[in-house]
Amino acid sequence: MKFIQNLLDKARPAVTTGKLKPLYPLHNAIETLMFVPAHTTHSGSHVRDSIDLKRTMFTVIIALLPAVLFGMWNTGYWHNIAIGNESATLIDNVLYGATKLLPMIIVTYVFGLGVEIFFSYVRKHPVNEGFLVSGMLIPLIMPADIPLWMVAVSTVFAVLIGKEVFGGTGMNILNPALTARAFAFFAYPTFMSGDKVWIGGLTSGEGVVDGFSGATALGQYAAGVDAPMIGSHALDFNNAFLGLIPGSMGETSALAILIGALYLIYTGIGSWKIMLSGVLGAIVMGLTFNAFAEYAISPEQISFMSMPWYYHLVYGGFAFGIVFMSTDPVSAAQTERGKWIYGFLVGIFCIMIRVFNPAYPEGVMLAILFMNVMAPLIDHYVIQSNVKKRNKRAELATAKA
Amino acid sequence: MSNVIKIRKGYDIKLAGAAEQKFGATPSVSHYALIPDDFNGVIPKLEAREGDKVLAGDPVFYSKEDDRIKVCAPVSGEIAEVVRGEKRKILAIRILPDSDVQYRDFGTAKPGDLSREDVIERMLKSGVWASLQMRPYGRMANPDDSPKAIFISGMNSNPLAPDMNFVMSGQEKEFQAGLDALAKLTEGKIHLSLEAGVKSCPAFEGAQGVVKHQFDGPHPAGNVGTQIHHIDPINKGEVVWTMNPQDVVVLGRLFLEGKYRPERIVALTGSQVEAPQYYKLTSGASLKGVFEAGIKGDNNRYISGNVLTGRNAGKEGYLGYNDEQLTVIPEGDETEFLGWVLPGFGKFSLSRTFFSWLTPNKKYELNTNMHGEERAFVVTGQYERVFPFNIYPQQLIKAVMIKDIELMESLGIYEVTEEDFALCEVICTSKLPLQETMREGLDFMYKEMN
Repeated sequence: MKFIQNLLDKARPAVTTGKLKPLYPLHNAIETLMFVPAHTTHSGSHVRDSIDLKRTMFTVIIALLPAVLFGMWNTGYWHNIAIGNESATLIDNVLYGATKLLPMIIVTYVFGLGVEIFFSYVRKHPVNEGFLVSGMLIPLIMPADIPLWMVAVSTVFAVLIGKEVFGGTGMNILNPALTARAFAFFAYPTFMSGDKVWIGGLTSGEGVVDGFSGATALGQYAAGVDAPMIGSHALDFNNAFLGLIPGSMGETSALAILIGALYLIYTGIGSWKIMLSGVLGAIVMGLTFNAFAEYAISPEQISFMSMPWYYHLVYGGFAFGIVFMSTDPVSAAQTERGKWIYGFLVGIFCIMIRVFNPAYPEGVMLAILFMNVMAPLIDHYVIQSNVKKRNKRAELATAKA
Repeated sequence: MSNVIKIRKGYDIKLAGAAEQKFGATPSVSHYALIPDDFNGVIPKLEAREGDKVLAGDPVFYSKEDDRIKVCAPVSGEIAEVVRGEKRKILAIRILPDSDVQYRDFGTAKPGDLSREDVIERMLKSGVWASLQMRPYGRMANPDDSPKAIFISGMNSNPLAPDMNFVMSGQEKEFQAGLDALAKLTEGKIHLSLEAGVKSCPAFEGAQGVVKHQFDGPHPAGNVGTQIHHIDPINKGEVVWTMNPQDVVVLGRLFLEGKYRPERIVALTGSQVEAPQYYKLTSGASLKGVFEAGIKGDNNRYISGNVLTGRNAGKEGYLGYNDEQLTVIPEGDETEFLGWVLPGFGKFSLSRTFFSWLTPNKKYELNTNMHGEERAFVVTGQYERVFPFNIYPQQLIKAVMIKDIELMESLGIYEVTEEDFALCEVICTSKLPLQETMREGLDFMYKEMN
């Protein structure tokens, strides 16, 4: 590894004082990526925990891996169903999925990190690691057929408007990955919703079986279907739990997401409070809808409201959103009590939007973005109650004296 | 005895190199030094000049803010050198000791028979006052304040900390005399907090005129700030004083013997020490003799104090004024290839992101590496795990960073000092200098409020 160090050392004069100064953040990023720096403590505690932001983000990436791998396979699986190739092997499916997912991952990282490095140079601070995770999340919440340039534009928008205008990593109000998705959703609606976009290759229509429809389970429920199917494939609870349903590339398998969630909770990186309260919120809302289904105003709504409450947990992006998006520590509530409230409301709103607004059968994105905006308010009241307690104690003490 | 107060939030960093309960031969000390930075909030004005002869207990410098507050020579001898740094800031005042220490006589007295003013005057004159700390702000106590209570922590829960019950054994008389003197200083109570579940030494067990409390749980259960918060928290406008048990003993000696004799028992600890054990040393002693023998390797961090709050003394450094521990750990000035990717089986971390959770009882030989670069706040909820106060630590730190007085006040800055944030600083993912930030905030608040 000496030669890497030598190479970096050799480049150092050029980027610190020489002509290539704009590249210093890049040089620094590569150097700290390759080597944990030799910096020692100079003030305060003399020893430090081994964890840093890189390790934290890396842990999230590991937690995402089951969803990534499954998503690759599932993208290929549905593509092959759509073109009637029922004999496709595991390898076929994964290879097709890889052709969809990998280019998208590369595009998000190149464009996202490009913006980050530019801002690091302008602001003269090292590149923050936050985008390591955002860059992986964005492709996972995109439909397989979205053109790469749209991914690039959405990513740049998310990093610029979602993050850098607020001051960069740690300062953003909205989750950057969801900002990217929201941008794509509203800017290119035809590529982000409908019956065709969720299965790879369906948009172009090449080789697709006649009369094949790729409507998602939630889409079918919203249209009043009681037992959603695609061809002969049932989109029931078990298949949805395993992930054998169409959808955004990384979001379909509740099982893969659950594995990631357990790892995040065990390592202490993801907040179990947000995840648990989010699930509870969704259950409460789901049960409420079940109880009041008969009061629905249309037959479609009766069917959606009477969908068993636990279906909500495995359909659509709920599981992925609650585990990987709502737990983003920067945009979530930051107080421990606030996290309970925040997560619970994400769950409530997600199911509410899903069922009540047929235009958005996918409510989790809007629910989380909405609660991102509300999180500071929740924190404010949590902190104020702490402040009030302290003031009251002081008043009591003065009264006694 | 009193109820046990259980501290749940916190963490004991398990380090190798705890001191064995025996005394090493006291090394010969070639010189002593007073380090003004040991005294928070004191800008030193020299009272003795280079070449002056001083007795133990003669003033060396006083506080610019209040000339009654003096810091006195720990031993008799000659002021050898005033070491200055940038802008002629006084870094250290070195004293060449006499072969036999001569003490200035303050006269013996029974503290119980003296008035509050007399006790304060004796403490100020002899320099013992300098080890009395106040909260809020965590600085030297102001003799004009009347504290609502005085807190003494009879336990030290810092990493590799000396066992207070061992350190205090045989000092019953002095400790009690010191307590009697402190009793004159406050109309409130003197709170003595002891470690739950262990047999207290006679000095603590037999202490009279104090309210005893028992604390159980991981560090910072032994920090006086934690104890104050759980016994009788500080409200705006209130002042409490704190003192370490060993300083109470020094205070007791002042009345029993009429001498200022800041001798203390110090634990030499850390993974780089061949035979960690206790030593009898005097405040300000040159540590060269202690460090000369029995230290492994030569690229080490020599700390006067513990790894959380101690001062980087250097191999030729001096024992801090109030320190009762020395720690030697390896420096960590080496890069590590892809260190953040590797499984990290032997890596210390409170999180479970490294596989060291497989070995929960491992005693670490930690070095001083930062393990990463400073970043913005990203992670939330981690400080709360090791911060046993009903205070929002991250929000308070942010309030300090933006110097918002009202916000700092309402978030509880009066209850904390920088040492309460030491563990938060250790586990901080973003590697932020929390103790430094808190100190700046406390000094800023003090300036604004006084």
